[in-house]
Amino acid sequence: MTERANPTTELFLEGIWRQNPVLVMTLGMCPTLAVTVSVVNALSMGLATAFVLTASCFLVSLLRKFVPAEVRIATYIVIIASFVTVVDYVIHALSVALYDALGAFIQLIVVNCIILGRAESHASKNPPWPAVVSAVGMSLGFTLGLVLLGGVRELLGAGSLFGVPLFGTAFQPWAIMLLPPGGFFVLGGWLLVFAAWRRDPRPAAAKGGAHGH
Amino acid sequence: MSEEVRVNLPGPGATPTRLLARTLTLVAAVCGAVIVAAYHATFTAIQENQRVVLERAVLGVVPGSNRMQPFALGADGARTGADLRAGEVRVFGAYDAAGKLRGIALEGIARGYADVVQLLYGYDPACQCIVGMRVVQMRETPGIGDKVRSDASFLENFRGLEARVTKSGEALAHAITTVRHGAKSEPWQIDAISGATVTSRAVGRAVNDSAQTAIPRLLRYRRAFEESP
Repeated sequence: MTERANPTTELFLEGIWRQNPVLVMTLGMCPTLAVTVSVVNALSMGLATAFVLTASCFLVSLLRKFVPAEVRIATYIVIIASFVTVVDYVIHALSVALYDALGAFIQLIVVNCIILGRAESHASKNPPWPAVVSAVGMSLGFTLGLVLLGGVRELLGAGSLFGVPLFGTAFQPWAIMLLPPGGFFVLGGWLLVFAAWRRDPRPAAAKGGAHGH
Repeated sequence: MSEEVRVNLPGPGATPTRLLARTLTLVAAVCGAVIVAAYHATFTAIQENQRVVLERAVLGVVPGSNRMQPFALGADGARTGADLRAGEVRVFGAYDAAGKLRGIALEGIARGYADVVQLLYGYDPACQCIVGMRVVQMRETPGIGDKVRSDASFLENFRGLEARVTKSGEALAHAITTVRHGAKSEPWQIDAISGATVTSRAVGRAVNDSAQTAIPRLLRYRRAFEESP
């Protein structure tokens, strides 16, 4: 990717649609599968990651001509870890319940490969404005993927959305949807839907490769 | 992800070490400042949040209370304050609007199915019984073990669960035990949730382990709680 002064709508939409980190590239699977037991958790995780991703890409892009190639990864990790710490404090200050629900996965944003991947492959080669546009697009794509998973899992596993019960007392929750296997089932379902939707003859998962974690 | 391969071997074209160190130092200093700023900005809110969560849990396990006071309970007395010495446990006196002691909340912990189950339970010295229980933290299976937090008939076990001490006041007269669902026959038994026996047992063990030592002491130094404002 070359230096582009004017970010396009395409650059913004890339992360949401064509290169959606969850549903197309299957990146960052660890938080994706672990925290998406409810819409609120998924949305909070998405927004926390969005802040870290956008702020890190902005700073990495600002420093791109100043950081020597030999120490670039170390620099990116320090920057990402700092923003993760900030997010950790902010979530703890906002809600203890949310902080407990997301658990170690807030701290683990630091090893989310989407963030380091975007810093290395885009932000370090582009001016701040396009870097931020691309990062916001990717963030929205990641949040969208998480919310789609969290929505289905909460609906089937707890019979509610945003914590509001939808089916009355007769509903028997499908508990496995809240357990790890449920995460894989729902992810598989969404990957199928997206692959069909994008009219891509190849399955989405195979295209993205098995480099997610 | 990278389009080009960059070789990091030191050589004539490599960046001098001094420059690398300078870059890393600067970046680390800026990031350090950001973290310190965030820490200070959120410190009060985090402390307040944790206090509110704890207070809500304490008042939740002692019916009729609306104010709480932390105590350190040891082998030779109870004193107000949250700092613990060796051998002391943290307990909370819970008072009503008139300042009358309604009960004392104690902490319990035991190994559950997935991870430890941490809970708070309220003890009323007047009836020598447990008056409420709330799971504070757990990672039990959703839809199965996590019912110990919400199942109404299970929580009913802890409204008046007998925890009397022996005549000498040294130990509990009967250990608090969890029994199979539907097999409860004594007032000191907990009726397990059907299908969630492991977690139900963990709750019973957490209460019993804590009550065995804490309740005799608590009754012995009961006055310290009653006299506290």
